[in-house]
Amino acid sequence: MRLSRRVLPWIAALAGLSLGIGLIWGFFFTPDDYKQGSTVKILFIHVPAAMMAINAWIMMLVTSLIWVIRRHHVSALAARAAAPAGLVFTLIALVTGALWGQPMWNTWWEWDPRLTSFLILLLFYLGYIALWSAIEDPETAADLTGILCVVGSVFAVMSRYAVKFWNQGLHQDSTILKVGEKDPLDVAYYVPLVICLVGFVLFFILIVLLRTRMLIRARRLIALEARERLG
Amino acid sequence: MMPDLGDYAATVLGAWGATLLALAGLLALTLVQSRRVARALTEAEARVAQAKAAGAKA
Repeated sequence: MRLSRRVLPWIAALAGLSLGIGLIWGFFFTPDDYKQGSTVKILFIHVPAAMMAINAWIMMLVTSLIWVIRRHHVSALAARAAAPAGLVFTLIALVTGALWGQPMWNTWWEWDPRLTSFLILLLFYLGYIALWSAIEDPETAADLTGILCVVGSVFAVMSRYAVKFWNQGLHQDSTILKVGEKDPLDVAYYVPLVICLVGFVLFFILIVLLRTRMLIRARRLIALEARERLG
Repeated sequence: MMPDLGDYAATVLGAWGATLLALAGLLALTLVQSRRVARALTEAEARVAQAKAAGAKA
């Protein structure tokens, strides 16, 4: 708690700075794409949100496994703390993807492997949050949500690699790491996108730290109230 | 200052607006919940300390 209190203002400042620079650069100072026109500006929110939707689940998987193996209470709470952020990132990725898809693909939605696995990931996030709320005993809740997390990881991985597994569907493969290859991301978009990615990562860390601290306090509160009731 | 978004203005502004709203909402909700829990914990700690002091006097 002491360490997190000390780093929180730094994380918040860096998240605000990188999000501010990346988003302003991406929206105001990047050119339109010759094919996609101004819709290319959706890239700066859609790609970081989609990446963080998957990464949040992977972080939850790692912390859940730490709980299952080492019974470390804070790691179970960190997994729980990350879920609302992951849910919001998944929602952003789906909504901005639909808005971008409509003018480019002429459809809001397609049962494409990547889109479908993202929708399933969203349902897993909802199920994970609901399961934590439904079970009163925190240790049982951490155990069961840990198992759900392992199962959901299949879809988190699938949503990243679906395009490579199945060479079909509308969604294109990632172009971020294709520098020097055929059809890379134009350099005009590359730097602001990387800054936005850093901003989204820092924003996620900020939310996880704040929510983990809140959950630790909430657990202390429950323990104190139980002690009060016992007299 | 505002870039010319052409025919896609509604699409681009809608996507950006929804994203910024969602991120701000998540941050606001987290801060509000954190403050509520912190306040409740402080009050509970004060009650427990008071009860302990009363018990020690008795």
